[in-house]
Amino acid sequence: MNEELRGTIKTGLIAGIVTLSLGMIGILVAFNERFIVTDVVTLADLLLFGMAVAAGYLAANSLKQSSVVSKLLHGGLAGVLTGMPTFLLILLARSWEDIRSSFINVGPDLLDIVTLNNANEIMGGILLMVVFGVLGLVGVGIALLPERFRRPIFMGLTWSVGSGVMSDILSGILRPRLSTDTLRSLFGNTGLQPVPFTVLFVVLTAVFFWWQQGGQTRYHALRQNLTPSQQKNTRRISISLLVIFLFILPSLLGVYLSEIFNEVGRFVLMGLGLNIAIGLAGLLDLGYVTNFAVGAYIMALLTSSSEFGLDNPWSFWLAVPICILAAMFTGFILALPVLKMRGDYLAIATLGFGEIIRVLARSDALKPVIGGAQGILQIPAAQIGGFLSQTLGYVLNPINSFLERFELGILATNNNGEIVFGNPPQLYYLFILASLLMLFISRRLNNSRTGRRWMAIREDEDVAAAMGINTTNAKVLAFTLSAASGGLAGAIFAAKLGSIFPSSFELLISINVLALIIVGGLGSIPGVIVGAFALVGIPQLLSEFAEFRLLLYGIALIVMMLVRPEGLWPSEVHRREIHREGDDETAVPVSVKP
Amino acid sequence: MSDNILEAHQVVKRFGGLLATDHLDYELPRGMIASIIGPNGAGKTTFFNCLTGFYQIDEGRLEFNGKSVIGLESYEITQMGISRTFQNIRLFNNMTVLENIMVGQEPHLKSSWIGALLGLPSVRREEEATEARARELLEFVGLRGLGDQLAKNLPYGAQRRLEIARALGAQPKLLLLDEPTAGMNPRETAQTTTFIKRLRDELGITILMIEHDMKVVMGISEKVTVLDYGRKIAEGLPHEIQSNPVVIEAYLGKGATAALMAQEKQA
Repeated sequence: MNEELRGTIKTGLIAGIVTLSLGMIGILVAFNERFIVTDVVTLADLLLFGMAVAAGYLAANSLKQSSVVSKLLHGGLAGVLTGMPTFLLILLARSWEDIRSSFINVGPDLLDIVTLNNANEIMGGILLMVVFGVLGLVGVGIALLPERFRRPIFMGLTWSVGSGVMSDILSGILRPRLSTDTLRSLFGNTGLQPVPFTVLFVVLTAVFFWWQQGGQTRYHALRQNLTPSQQKNTRRISISLLVIFLFILPSLLGVYLSEIFNEVGRFVLMGLGLNIAIGLAGLLDLGYVTNFAVGAYIMALLTSSSEFGLDNPWSFWLAVPICILAAMFTGFILALPVLKMRGDYLAIATLGFGEIIRVLARSDALKPVIGGAQGILQIPAAQIGGFLSQTLGYVLNPINSFLERFELGILATNNNGEIVFGNPPQLYYLFILASLLMLFISRRLNNSRTGRRWMAIREDEDVAAAMGINTTNAKVLAFTLSAASGGLAGAIFAAKLGSIFPSSFELLISINVLALIIVGGLGSIPGVIVGAFALVGIPQLLSEFAEFRLLLYGIALIVMMLVRPEGLWPSEVHRREIHREGDDETAVPVSVKP
Repeated sequence: MSDNILEAHQVVKRFGGLLATDHLDYELPRGMIASIIGPNGAGKTTFFNCLTGFYQIDEGRLEFNGKSVIGLESYEITQMGISRTFQNIRLFNNMTVLENIMVGQEPHLKSSWIGALLGLPSVRREEEATEARARELLEFVGLRGLGDQLAKNLPYGAQRRLEIARALGAQPKLLLLDEPTAGMNPRETAQTTTFIKRLRDELGITILMIEHDMKVVMGISEKVTVLDYGRKIAEGLPHEIQSNPVVIEAYLGKGATAALMAQEKQA
């Protein structure tokens, strides 16, 4: 058997086993509920058939200098092999009556999907392999397309499929603004209707093609030709537009989506904090939830009107700085014992701290103070009252009555003239304020001497010390400042929920935050935001994902490490590196001048 | 203050049962270019590590500018005025060339993180001055225009030079160079030799280097010290060391001197 044939068989079987796994762990059945193109293509179909196309594409691509015919043969074979393991599963399910007692997901629903709704299961299985073979050929076709066509088509497809998957959001935003009939012609129960989907795909592909064939260069030329003052104005206008957009966003999104944004905001806050410790200073802190918990509990103790609170509960705004300081103090104290530890040892020790805080929170010893497993209730929502809210009302109310005409709005006062951050769209403003503040602080620190010291320690602690850096101080500072953002997130979290329980502070939070900064790009501030949307936002939007969230995290991390180790949005320096990879910059002649 | 920038008396450093430096005495006059040579494992780098606070010595005295450096952290020693480079280049690989040199200037920087958060003018001025100084140093070591590259992407010779530039950022009084020409071709070695001489002549920095390349050692050293098994076996001017039978034996083994002499006689 020759090398290339073996490669194709391997590709096909790997794709086949992945397809089989998707079915057996229940992803196919769960995803079959969500249409991308209404009544035509579901998310499950996309995964299933996408696998065969990918197998064909990879098989054709790994062949060196072959004729089109042999590429087609290899691609077809890879496609058929992708269906093979699933076909075997169908055979097994036929002969093994109670297969569900061992493999709970192999039920009639799954068999319907993989036999393409064929009544005769064997015929269906064979049909599946044939279809997969044809799709393998499609994959080869894609591989044969010249790059300048393939890229726009791929991008167009990605974005239109993305819109299909996210059609709930689109329809949610458009619902108050369009008639029911128009809405129904665009969206089904889930997914985009076939016609709008096709139009979207064609338009997007055309746009991407144009952009690539000269649009991009023309755009950059246009920007280059602007005078400096024009450039400054363009920047100002785009920033203003962005700010306005951020301000009206919650009214655009509605309650449910605002809540998802708030969740993302909470993780952006924690991500920015942890990014200081891990991304900049290289201190692998796996107990970040500690800071979050401290912030939340201090907020609860200071503002709650329950028996655990103070006799005269504080207001949210007074308590916030205390929460932040308390978290920073915790960060400082916890930094002391682990100063001499590096890498893996530090990770394990901090992992322990994260667990200790949870155990303490639910312990009987501390129950009289912080409520044990029953937690602390009756935490009031943050609010602005009195003179300040009246003054703000003078500004906000006219804007709101103006925006109402477009079914939009911003931060609103209630009937008593107070601003209460009680429901998701109102809370959004609290999160955006906190996030912008932390973004600003992170940026300042990042580009300062302090940030440089941290980076030096991350790169080589001994050498950093030999350069005159007091590494002990710098590391303690990193832990302390990193904790601040977690404390802030915890404080807002407590005021948002109105009650806190130890179960809210589990290890998973630390892991989520770590995963999102890795996926976004270690040390990159925009990466934190992108990572939070990818790992927190998307699973919340697609309820089917919830069950497979951890699995998807694992897959996302592995794929990222293999394909894009620098992250979705890498820090500036790393990005510069990627752009340079092509040309041989190292060939710059270097000589000492006499 | 004595005229010696560096004085070591009976320095002992043990690793378990091994004596890495064995009652070593060493004096380095201010403004000199001195070399330490010796076979592999002779304790040269260990001596450097003791000087810079990487290791703490077990016995003896170590004084820099008349002040003891024993028990000090490595950053404190750097702040006193000793900078070093490393045998196996140790740059901050994922930082830019400019950032590397800016980190090197740490001992002279004052701004705090609070100032940076508030964006104080004094902080901004210091950052600008630091960057300007880094560019000067970059030019001084002949790496002009490479400031925005990541350190790891520089060619080997340039990396060695960047390490020296980073060490110069601290404005040291004493510069320790650990095999500055290791892995260089003859042309680069010659350039580096000239360059080291410039450091002393133009910047007035005392230089102590570990070096294997005898051309470099004999070319610019004003004093050569030979270590073997942690002990000093010879010290003197380059030409004295060159013909010292003890040194030849340390490098080539017992009987080597006799063989060499016999060879010379035949010739």
